[in-house]
Amino acid sequence: MTTPDRSTSAGSPSVSRRRFLAGSAAAGAAAAAGLEGILSARRAPAFAQGTRLNIVRWVDFIPACDVELKRQAVDASKELGAEVVFEFINANDIQARVTAAMQSGAGPDIIQMLHNWSHLYANGLVDVSDLVAWQVKEQGALYPLSDANTKVAGKYLALPHGIVPGLIAYRKSWFDEIGVTTFPKTYEELRQVAMKLKKKGKPYGQTLGHTFGDAPGWAYPLMWNFGGMEVDQSGKTAIDSKGTVEAVKFMTALWKDGCDEGGLAWDDTNNNRAFLAGEICATLNGASIYIAAKRGQDKIKDDKGEPLVRDIQHARLPAGPAGSWSYQASFHHGVMKYGKNQKLAKDFLKWLHGKEQFGKWFQVAEGFSIGSTKFWEQHPLWTTIDEPMKGFRTAADNSRVFGHAGPPSAKATEAYSKYVVVDMFAKGVQGMKAEDCTAWAAGELKKIYG
Amino acid sequence: MKKSIAGGSGGAAGIEVVLPHPGTSRPTGMTRFLENERLLAAMLLTPTVVLLGLFIAYPFVIGVWLSLSSVSVGNPGEFVGLKNFVKAWNDSIFRTAFYNTFYYTFWATIFKLALGMWLALLLNRHFRGKRIVRAAMLLPFIVPTVLSTFAWRWMFDPTFSVLNWLLYHWGFITTKLPFLSDGTYGMWCAIVVNTWRGMPFFAISLLAGLQTISTDLQEAASLDGANGWQRFWHVTWPLLKPVTLVVVVFSIIQTFSDFQLIYVLTGGGPANATHLLATYAYQIGVATGLLGEGAAVSLFMLPVLFIVVWLQLRYLRRLEGA
Repeated sequence: MTTPDRSTSAGSPSVSRRRFLAGSAAAGAAAAAGLEGILSARRAPAFAQGTRLNIVRWVDFIPACDVELKRQAVDASKELGAEVVFEFINANDIQARVTAAMQSGAGPDIIQMLHNWSHLYANGLVDVSDLVAWQVKEQGALYPLSDANTKVAGKYLALPHGIVPGLIAYRKSWFDEIGVTTFPKTYEELRQVAMKLKKKGKPYGQTLGHTFGDAPGWAYPLMWNFGGMEVDQSGKTAIDSKGTVEAVKFMTALWKDGCDEGGLAWDDTNNNRAFLAGEICATLNGASIYIAAKRGQDKIKDDKGEPLVRDIQHARLPAGPAGSWSYQASFHHGVMKYGKNQKLAKDFLKWLHGKEQFGKWFQVAEGFSIGSTKFWEQHPLWTTIDEPMKGFRTAADNSRVFGHAGPPSAKATEAYSKYVVVDMFAKGVQGMKAEDCTAWAAGELKKIYG
Repeated sequence: MKKSIAGGSGGAAGIEVVLPHPGTSRPTGMTRFLENERLLAAMLLTPTVVLLGLFIAYPFVIGVWLSLSSVSVGNPGEFVGLKNFVKAWNDSIFRTAFYNTFYYTFWATIFKLALGMWLALLLNRHFRGKRIVRAAMLLPFIVPTVLSTFAWRWMFDPTFSVLNWLLYHWGFITTKLPFLSDGTYGMWCAIVVNTWRGMPFFAISLLAGLQTISTDLQEAASLDGANGWQRFWHVTWPLLKPVTLVVVVFSIIQTFSDFQLIYVLTGGGPANATHLLATYAYQIGVATGLLGEGAAVSLFMLPVLFIVVWLQLRYLRRLEGA
C-alpha cells in the first residue's frame, strides 16, 4: 500500500482548487505581491474559493473589541478573497487548544499567544520576522516585553498585537475616608490602608488562583520588588532568597490584614465583579472595571447612588525595597506551522495589525488594550480619554518578563503554566512558613530549569 | 426425495416427508456465507473490534508510549523509560493529587451509595406522584456536568455565594465560609457536588434491583416478626448485593477518573489542593504541554482501578456462585 499523495488526493479539494485558481494571472500577481499587491490589483487574491482562515483569540474583557474584530473579519474576507473567521474562547483554555492543535496537526490557522508562550510553542509556529520588521518600520520599535516574549533564538515567532496593562483600580472616596488622598507609594503603606479598609468591610481584592492574568500580574512583580527572582542571569534557579522570603512574608501579612480571603479561588473575572459590586476597595486589573462602570453607569452605582465610575482611580503598583516593576500581559498572534494557509494568514495579520485596522480596534478598546509600540502612545485617544484612564498610556514601560533575571525561555513559560510563583504565595497565605514556600518553589523551578 | 426422519432405533416405519431437492435450489453465495458461523461471527464482531481498537486500544497504546517518552508539545521526544513515573512520584503536587483522588472517590462513593440506597428504598414504596418523582430525581444525572457544576460554583462563589448569604441571614455564620478558597472546604464541596450528581445513578440502579425482590419474602419476614431494619439487613441487602457491587464498580471508575467537575469547580485550586490525578495530568500534559509527564500521571490510575475492579468482580463472582 502506498501513501496517497496529499497534494493530489480527492480528500484535499482545496489544494486542487488552489491549483486551478493559480492560473488566474491578476490574482496570482496579487498573491505574489502580498497585501499591497492585492490592494493595487483591486481583485481578490489567488486563495482558493471557499478557503477559510480560522483565528482563535480570548474572549475580550471589552466585548466591543470582539464585535469590532468580527466586523473587521467581514472586511478582511472581502479584501483577501477568503473567509476569515474568529473564534473567541476563555483565555484560560487557549493553551490546551494550542497543545491539541499542534499535536494533531490540525486546527486554527492563527492562535493568539499570550505572555511568552511563543517560546514554549516555538516548534509549531511560523517565523514571522518579516511581518515584525514591517510592523516596526510602520509603527516604531516594540516595547521590550513584546520583543522578548515573541523573539525566540533570533526569530520572531509571533506578531505583537496589543498589551493589556494592569494598574490598581481603587475607590477614591473610600481612601479619602481614612485620610489617604494619594495612592500608597510602598507595599507597606498599601498594607496599612488595606488593613483599615478591611476593618470597615472593604478589603483589598487580589486573586492567587490559577488564572492567566491577574494572578501572575501581581505575584511576579511582588517577588521582583522585594528583590526576588526566579533565576539568575545565567538561568540558574535563584528564587530561594532573602528577597523572596520577605515578599512571601509581606503577602501573608497583607492577606490576613487587608485582603478578601476568597481571592484564593478567584479567576480573572471575580475581582471585576467584586469591585463593581462594591465588595472590595482596590484591585490590580486592566481598565475593564473602569470601562464597564462607565458603559453601565446608569446601573452601576456607588453607595451614595452616584455612578460608580466617578469614584474610580488608577495607580501603579507600589514600590518594594528593590523597585517598582510591573508585569504587563502582552498579546500576539502566532501563525501555526501545520496550517495550510500560511501565506493567507500572514497577509491577514499584516492587514489586521496595520495602522488603519489596529487603530479602529484600539479606539474601541478605549485604553484597555494599548499598542505594542510607543507609536500608539501618541494616538489622539489619549488626549480625549478620561483622566483616570491616562495612566494606562505608558503602563507597559516598566514591565519585566517571566523568567527574570534569566534570558526569555520556554522554561519560564513552563514555570508560569504550572503557576509556581503564584502557588508559592498561595501556600504562604494558607499558613506555610515563608522559608518553606520559597524552598518548595525552588524545588519546582529546579525541576524545570535544571 | 423421500427420507425417513423418524422411526427410532427399533427400525419401526417412520413418517416420510419430502425435503427439497438439493439440486433444484442451491444456496446462494450469500446464504453459504451467512451459514458459516465463523465468518458470520467475524463479520458481526468486526465493527466492535474496529471501534474499540480505534477509540480505546489505540489511544491507550499511544498513552503508554507517551508516558515512556519525553514528548512535549511540538517535540517528538525520545524513550526515557520510567523516568516520568519516577518524576511524578517525587512530585509533591502529584502526591497531593494521588491522595485526593482516593479521598474524593472514597467519600463520594460512600455518600452516593448511602443516599442512593435511601432514595431507592423510598421510591420503592407506593405514593402519589411516584413516577414524577422518579423522573425528577434523574435530573442531576441528565444535566450536563459542566452546566450543573457552574451552577454549584455560583452557589459556592467566594464573594457572592448564595449559601453564605443564606447562612449569614439566618444567623448561622458571622463571616463567609471559604467554600472554594480553602483546600479542605474545596474538596468537600467537590464531594458534595459529585454526590448530588451521581446519587440518581445509584438510586435508579438499586431501585431496579429492589423491584426484582419478591414481596413474598418481605411479607414472610414480617410474619416472622422482623422489623424494618431486620427485613432490610437479612432479606433486601443480601439480594441487592450483586447489583450494588456492579453499581459501586462503575461509580468508582467514574469518580476516580473524574475531570469535569473539579476542572470547573476549583480548577484544582487553591494552590493545587483539590487536584485529582485527571486534572493534574491535564494541567501538566495539556496546559503545560509536557505530554509524556502528563500521560505518566494519568496512567497511575490504571493499576489502581484494575485492582479495585478485579477485586470487586471476583467478589461478585463468588456471590453469584454461592
